Amino acid sequence: MNAPTASPVPPPVVEIHDLTVAYRRKPVLWGVDLTIGPGKLVGIIGPNGAGKSTLIKACMGLVPTQGGWVRFWGRPFGEVGSRVGYVPQRETVDWDFPVSVMDVVLMGRYGRIGLFRRPSRADREAARACLEQVELLPYADRQISNLSGGQQQRVFLARALAQEAEVYFMDEPFAGVDAATEASIVSVLRTLRDRGCTLFVVHHDLPTARQYFDHLLLLNLNVVAFGPTAEVFTAELLQRTYGGRLTLLSEVAQALGAQGGPR
Amino acid sequence: MSGQWMLPAFDLHALLVAPWTEQRETFGWVGVMGFCVAASCGLLGNYLLLRRMALMGDAVSHSVLPGLVIAFLVSGGRDTGAMFLGALASGLGATLIIDFLQARTPLKQDAAIGIVFSALFAIGVLLTVVFAGQIDLDPDCVLNGELLFVALEPPVHWGAWTLAPPAVLRMAGVLALVVGVIAIGYRILLVSSFDPGIARAAGVRVGTVRLGLMLLLSLVVVSAFEAVGAVLVVAMLILPGATATLLTDRLPRLHLLAVLHAALSVWWGVGLAVWLDCSLAPAIVVMGAVLFALAWLFAPRGGLIAQGLRRARVLS
Repeated sequence: MNAPTASPVPPPVVEIHDLTVAYRRKPVLWGVDLTIGPGKLVGIIGPNGAGKSTLIKACMGLVPTQGGWVRFWGRPFGEVGSRVGYVPQRETVDWDFPVSVMDVVLMGRYGRIGLFRRPSRADREAARACLEQVELLPYADRQISNLSGGQQQRVFLARALAQEAEVYFMDEPFAGVDAATEASIVSVLRTLRDRGCTLFVVHHDLPTARQYFDHLLLLNLNVVAFGPTAEVFTAELLQRTYGGRLTLLSEVAQALGAQGGPR
Repeated sequence: MSGQWMLPAFDLHALLVAPWTEQRETFGWVGVMGFCVAASCGLLGNYLLLRRMALMGDAVSHSVLPGLVIAFLVSGGRDTGAMFLGALASGLGATLIIDFLQARTPLKQDAAIGIVFSALFAIGVLLTVVFAGQIDLDPDCVLNGELLFVALEPPVHWGAWTLAPPAVLRMAGVLALVVGVIAIGYRILLVSSFDPGIARAAGVRVGTVRLGLMLLLSLVVVSAFEAVGAVLVVAMLILPGATATLLTDRLPRLHLLAVLHAALSVWWGVGLAVWLDCSLAPAIVVMGAVLFALAWLFAPRGGLIAQGLRRARVLS
């Protein structure tokens, strides 16, 4: 099935094989395998230092890998370019940077426009539509430091929307946002999934992970479990992922209890 | 002996107008050269500031010395082309070593810069001393430069046309290159400076952009070097962008203001040098710093006075 030559089955949207990443000889990801098709909303959960962000960065080619590979529709990242989108953690950029909200959203379209061409009127219209979708249109001409944390997160989301990618990697899009922003982000993620996009979202909060995502990737150095949320969100697998920390387990028990337990 | 401490007479016309009219023979090319240096440094410096690598210019300018000495020894004389290539190679080499140290050791960028530029400068000093007999390099000139010399060179002729002195032509070419790179690669520089992750997704080779920027920095610093020296070129890289940052929060305006800062500091700097009868480059940098201080005081939004007024209004 892995053979690149004329196979009747189309290649999977994302295929990760034996991916290994190490920082200064200390492994942070070890032999990660994963295959997924279109239209999936995947939560990546695991304890701190489990390699969640690293997995995303490795898929985007942002950190050097020690082994294994990642393919999108059977091709390496370098060949698929703007079909794969990325929402980094909010703290990774300098919000004092002298650009407006509109400038940042337009960056999402650079891959489509070509790097040497000016964004056209149509690109600006598309960017405005994306800002509308995250309820930020009135802020289009503001410099980006004049925004709240939740608004900054939504700017990143609008930029990802403007890219019109088919696969998205999002690094903690819910970090430091209020409940209303969180709800609006979730609805945008679901819209994208319903359009056939596949999304990987690093997430910290277990109880909501269960509501938000239809697939879960439990990660701790390697893949503990990967599958539909109903099958993977079990006390046993979570305990294996988090190493049986008490506070966490009670949180899990609560989450399971609140929603009727695993089937 | 109080007379010794008296400043020369202050005559605005003589300082701000006369150098560009009656004394154009002396100061004309100096002004053009100064502006080309300050503007190319300022424009490139904007990106250094945005990428938090303002001191990279410091590193490059001090690392140039060993390259100059080696080029001098190899070419057996003061061949401009060889010296230029030697300086360029050691400047670029310094940035590569700094990047390597930063990536492969636990050191942060500031420490890596500190190690590399001081070590390379020390090697340059040693080489100058060891080969003192064969080298005619003035370390003082390397540090401080001499802007006035460029105007004394005979201008280049092209057919019947008399063009500028060679150093001025070179520097104008460098400025044109900097402007061209920014105009053509505007979006590439913008996205890779703001967010390397999204830049990669848009097909930008972030590492190549950084390398290109360092190459351009080495080129600018080495070209600016003979005019302003290793120490002051750093001020020229940082002051225009720093001043502009206080006045605007949009990148295109940042570039325009940096160029305006360059022009104003050269204009006033030449006046200051005439007034005090001192070196040109330090006078230009001093006026650049004065402009920064003025912007800090009077900036409409973040300036000290505007802040004070706002506070007063809140309290009343």
